[in-house]
Amino acid sequence: MRNEAHAEPPAPVHGRTEASHTEARVRDTHSLSEEQHSFTVRYKSHLELEPRTATKEVKMAEDIKTKLENYRTAPFDARFPNQNQTRNCWSNYLDYHRCQKALEAKGEDTLPCQWYKRVYTSLCPISWVQKWDDQRAEGTFPGKI
Amino acid sequence: MAHPSQLGFQDAASPLMEELLHFHDHALMIVLLISVFVLYIIVTMITAKLTDKLILDSQEIEIIWTVLPAIVLIMIALPSLRILYLMDEINDPHLTIKAMGHQWYWSYEYTDYDDLGFDSYMIPTQDLAPGQFRLLEADHRMVIPMESPIRVLISAEDVLHSWAVPSLGVKVDAVPGRLNQTTFIVNRPGVFYGQCSEICGANHSFMPIVIEAVPLAHFENWTSLMMEDA
Repeated sequence: MRNEAHAEPPAPVHGRTEASHTEARVRDTHSLSEEQHSFTVRYKSHLELEPRTATKEVKMAEDIKTKLENYRTAPFDARFPNQNQTRNCWSNYLDYHRCQKALEAKGEDTLPCQWYKRVYTSLCPISWVQKWDDQRAEGTFPGKI
Repeated sequence: MAHPSQLGFQDAASPLMEELLHFHDHALMIVLLISVFVLYIIVTMITAKLTDKLILDSQEIEIIWTVLPAIVLIMIALPSLRILYLMDEINDPHLTIKAMGHQWYWSYEYTDYDDLGFDSYMIPTQDLAPGQFRLLEADHRMVIPMESPIRVLISAEDVLHSWAVPSLGVKVDAVPGRLNQTTFIVNRPGVFYGQCSEICGANHSFMPIVIEAVPLAHFENWTSLMMEDA
């Protein structure tokens, strides 16, 4: 979307004088200093000529990919600041499976869910994960997925 | 590790343990001074020949011996609270290891990248090599990179245990169904010993903890070797 509104000043509304026009639009460049002028020219050209490439979703997917590539270990989670990390492990296990279920139902890429998997793999004892996986297979898993 | 007829703490291998050592020295000195002072007063009182039977009270000395102990207590409390809060600081660990207590051995899981897990049994006395320590050595040591914050999550598979390493200032209970977290940094390379610190049955005294702190490159070699052996 191009910002053509900034190309010329809008016509003054009845009752308003030139002096009271808002500063949001680019000013008439003739009355500016050289420095202000060059900035305004660059600003205008940025708005007019640069096309919008990355959408918000693509940027988010790239962010999660970087996060996963740079993963070292489960980071500090402010929801669980104390010694007892049982809930941290449980929460991430549930979040992974809920995320998988939700994104598969929508038919979307499940890459963002990998973050939760990495975190619960780091935190949860292997025996707990195995037990929960068996319970899910049997249908006796106590959590809500 | 502990030495025969040792009286004090083991040499500190982590910054927190160093702080605890210094605090202990400070508190013990205050306690010693008070004890010597009280002993002196007792001896003086007993050996004095003249006694003034007409003293009933004295505002001045009563104020002094109320205010001075309050000041001494503050001097002990402030460093103590400082260390307490230092222990709870938010840190960003580089590595997470799980230590699971069993009857009667520890198992360690390194699952940040690959599924590495192994058991650590005590080496029986008859199988010790010359120079090894009785009741302290284990067949597989918990190897960690030095000078990195390590997060250890401790739990148990059967009964209560406790994961303790005195030279790092760590003692954390291993409770079945609960995941207890501790973080520490090891200052120097070396081997650090500890023993199970919660009664857990017949062989409670025979399930030691051995930590080997090595430079990062050696740690990476070790993990590769362990994955190959698995």
